[in-house]
Amino acid sequence: MTDETLLSARNLNLHFGAVPALVNVNADLWPGEVLAIVGESGSGKTTLLNVLSGRMAPQSGTVWYRDSEGVQSDVHAMSAPSLRALHRSDWGFVHQNPRDNLRMGVSAGGNVGERLMAQGSRHYGSIREEAIRWLAQVEIDEARVDDLPRTFSGGMLQRLQIARTLVTHPRLVFMDEPTGGLDVSVQARLLDLIRTLVRRLGIAVVLVTHDLAVARLLAHRVMVMQRGVVVETGLTDQVLDDPQHPYTQLLVSSVLAA
Amino acid sequence: MIMLETENLSKTFLLHLQGGVRIDVLSGVDFHVSAGECVALTGPSGAGKTTLLRSLYGNYRAAGGAIRVRHEGRMVDIVTASPRLVVEVRDRTLGYVSQFLRVVPRVSALDIVADAARGLSPDEARVKAAELLRRLHIPTRLHGLPPATFSGGEQQRINLARGFIGSHPILLLDEPTASLDNANRDIVIEMIREARASGKAIIGIFHDTHVRDATADRVFHVSPLQDAA
Repeated sequence: MTDETLLSARNLNLHFGAVPALVNVNADLWPGEVLAIVGESGSGKTTLLNVLSGRMAPQSGTVWYRDSEGVQSDVHAMSAPSLRALHRSDWGFVHQNPRDNLRMGVSAGGNVGERLMAQGSRHYGSIREEAIRWLAQVEIDEARVDDLPRTFSGGMLQRLQIARTLVTHPRLVFMDEPTGGLDVSVQARLLDLIRTLVRRLGIAVVLVTHDLAVARLLAHRVMVMQRGVVVETGLTDQVLDDPQHPYTQLLVSSVLAA
Repeated sequence: MIMLETENLSKTFLLHLQGGVRIDVLSGVDFHVSAGECVALTGPSGAGKTTLLRSLYGNYRAAGGAIRVRHEGRMVDIVTASPRLVVEVRDRTLGYVSQFLRVVPRVSALDIVADAARGLSPDEARVKAAELLRRLHIPTRLHGLPPATFSGGEQQRINLARGFIGSHPILLLDEPTASLDNANRDIVIEMIREARASGKAIIGIFHDTHVRDATADRVFHVSPLQDAA
């Protein structure tokens, strides 16, 4: 068990006018660990994800990322090109709406292959082969490799986005409500897929979800947020089965079965 | 050799949504279990047996005291250990068989069990899982199916296979035979006795006195707090 964190955030603060989105937030993530951020809409969980991934700057506080060489850097002090390079290589981001990530005018195979090319792969045949291999991993038929994403269902688009994200073997993936807006049966399939791939590849994940059952299935630890404040954090099953904070007790008791 | 011990362990539930009602369930619990020993938790319904078992696993957060677990040669206090360390202790040292199976959508019975194996290749884990399931009379034709539609007794046996495949040095069992027929109950008794003989430390709740007598070396009585006070 390594003591060195992959990602560490200290004293993050961010207000939108009078609305607190992050209030003195601290977070740590270790290699291979899945951390869920839960809370209601407006609790600040997506803002936290955006700040942790460098997509949005905090008003104060620091986010540290440790690369594969063991060198720590301040995510918000990086140059824009370095941050983009990080997002193309070590990191991945799975959006709630796959259209925010996919290129709708490019074939399914192209969407997956593009990430590889951005990393420097040049051999067309092996890129296509790898793309097909990844489509199979996310259970998309090889016959669809040349189809445009606009002919795909919502669940398929989400799986395509996951293939596009994981093809470069990122060390850290940020996920924003990856199963939001999908039918329950499609959700179950996607969750199982995410769970299997994340474990097999040993990827660390920061996952935002309002669905406690998703957190239970995927996450080692959870952070509960309310109005920008982390009110409780701990082992997933402990927080869900023995919640301590009034807000967590309310969240847990408000769902039918988590 | 002591594998798990508690010292002055207490557990309180504070129900904020019910006007801050405070329920004291455990107080001053001191007990221990050694390698090769099976301890049965006894006491009336509602006394806190399951609460104690869940606290030992770190599923419930103790209010005070210590729970020391022998993990890879050192004692780790579950009450104060970091969540990551508790995850590691559960992975390698502390197994738990709950009363009910939490089913993962789409995952087959065989994979649910194989998934809990440690130190085996995926193929070896599946072979061992199939052996255990057959021993527990789960027919091979069911191995490839997700257990959501299985009967209560079948689900419990999958849970048991999942609990035993990990060969954890310490095993916590919550009513492992509650919905089993006699033939299957006897298999579970045999498995518990084998685990004990191989040096595992076992703590269990067994309402069935036959199972308790056949497996436990001694009992630890959990008294309801209002009676004790």
